[in-house]
Amino acid sequence: MNTLTTLEKPTSIDFPAERIRRDFPILSASVHNHPLVYLDNAATTQKPQQVLDAINRYYLTENSNVHRGVHYLSELATKKYEAVRGTVRKFINAGSDHEIIFVRGTTEAINLVAATFGRKNVQAGDEVLITGLEHHSNIVPWQMLCEEKGAKLRVAPINAIGEVLLDEFASMLSGKVKIAAISHVSNVLGTVNPVKHMIQMAHQHGIPVLVDGAQAVPHMRVDVRDLDADFYAFSSHKVFGPTGMGILYGKTRLLGSMPPYQGGGDMIKSVTFEKTIFNDIPYKFEAGTPHIAGAIGMAAAIDYMNQFDGDALQQYEHTLIRSAHEKLSAIPGLRIIGEAREKAGVVSFILKGIHPHDIGTVLDQEGIAIRTGHHCAQPVMQKFGIPATARASFAFYNTLNEIDDLVNAIHKVKEIFGHV
Amino acid sequence: MSDLKALYQEIILDHNRNPRNFNKMEDASCSVDGYNPLCGDHYTIYLKLENDIITEISFQGSGCAISKASASVMSTVLNGKTRAEAGVWFENFHHLVRGENKSGNTLEEFGKLAAFAGVSEFPARVKCAILPWHTMKNALEEKKETVSTE
Repeated sequence: MNTLTTLEKPTSIDFPAERIRRDFPILSASVHNHPLVYLDNAATTQKPQQVLDAINRYYLTENSNVHRGVHYLSELATKKYEAVRGTVRKFINAGSDHEIIFVRGTTEAINLVAATFGRKNVQAGDEVLITGLEHHSNIVPWQMLCEEKGAKLRVAPINAIGEVLLDEFASMLSGKVKIAAISHVSNVLGTVNPVKHMIQMAHQHGIPVLVDGAQAVPHMRVDVRDLDADFYAFSSHKVFGPTGMGILYGKTRLLGSMPPYQGGGDMIKSVTFEKTIFNDIPYKFEAGTPHIAGAIGMAAAIDYMNQFDGDALQQYEHTLIRSAHEKLSAIPGLRIIGEAREKAGVVSFILKGIHPHDIGTVLDQEGIAIRTGHHCAQPVMQKFGIPATARASFAFYNTLNEIDDLVNAIHKVKEIFGHV
Repeated sequence: MSDLKALYQEIILDHNRNPRNFNKMEDASCSVDGYNPLCGDHYTIYLKLENDIITEISFQGSGCAISKASASVMSTVLNGKTRAEAGVWFENFHHLVRGENKSGNTLEEFGKLAAFAGVSEFPARVKCAILPWHTMKNALEEKKETVSTE
């Protein structure tokens, strides 16, 4: 097995995963009389006590609606809520707090950009460029936009190991492309796209780039200014925070020129029946009472992550992924889907003659949570000519022992279905 | 493992490995596609009807063990049944895999289909078992549109 060349040999496992696990109450649960082995982190991550406490504290002692209130609690809630922008800005190294827009998640972030920047800048005959490994959430909003505008959605293909063909990507960059939208990390294949390089390539043609970072932020330090990303989207619940909360980062220059997203309270400066004057960024994009507890919970999750050395965390996760690769690919009849040279977070696989759904059911009975299906990436399934995969996805609280549990359970699957 | 044995009974594993009537019927009276977009299960059910009696039934496609065995067992059970009888079995099977056996039938009366009783303990898999039956029902009613579980 000679892929994963960027991964060092799996020696450095002195990461305190066992201690970290104690921060996550749910990880000590039992499922079907087995200790829970949670390997569905690409779908959502578990939450540490610190996040649960922050949300609880907010509702117990700080709950109030934000902005405009003159009373104590409203001012407190507003202060805490607005401080989250600073926490996120530092976390992704954005230039300014007003470049941090609160949304419901990655999906809404992408829809926001398609509905505002996209509607304004993409016209008939123009093109939107994506890649062949995108999640449905980075396909469908652009498809809808292109349909509405009479524009064309173009797709830079991937190769047999699951890497975007950069020559093809380069050949599709032209004056017609008004925006490129690319995943930082594939949710099915685990491929880490060379987004910094791809952004440089796009910028040479003056094309702004949106990066779907949903699967990257949990696994690596992201620096939006180093990447020079024009937009960067991610979800709180995939980085140990609550659901219903996410971030759209956008460069001030672009955000300022974009029309609002939804209309309502908070996104206006003044309203008369004749005319509304919209608020400044980021509020222009944040109509209605926001998910205040979600923002506060997400900030607690980011604080939690900040306690770790980013390199050590990344190295530990690489150790897990590499171990999973080696042990799984040693199982006869098992084929790993997605063998990019640089991977993060997920290992997808199929077993000869056994449908992923059946694998998932048997593993569940062993207390092991994985995901099976098309993972909201049907075009990726079509590319590999398979209906579905089984996907194990990791976080820093997973252990090498859990990978052994996974491997043992897969042997059980094979026993049951008679492929010993 | 006991729950798993209840789900993956020997009959189911056998029909998954060696599906019966697993072929395309060239002279079918009707055929309908069934699709579960969630897991990618995809089957075509072929029926030959003569005077309201199913004289031949076959299927093709791919999917999980539960859906494939369900299609296979169904094809053996419904052969020779009338349209009305197939409709009754459709209802009975529905109740069986949902764990709400209202027919009053004992498991013995379900015959081979009783092997699917364990599915009711696995809510996520009920759709897998039912997909071929829904598809068959549409074929019986000569509806041509693809059946989808979603």
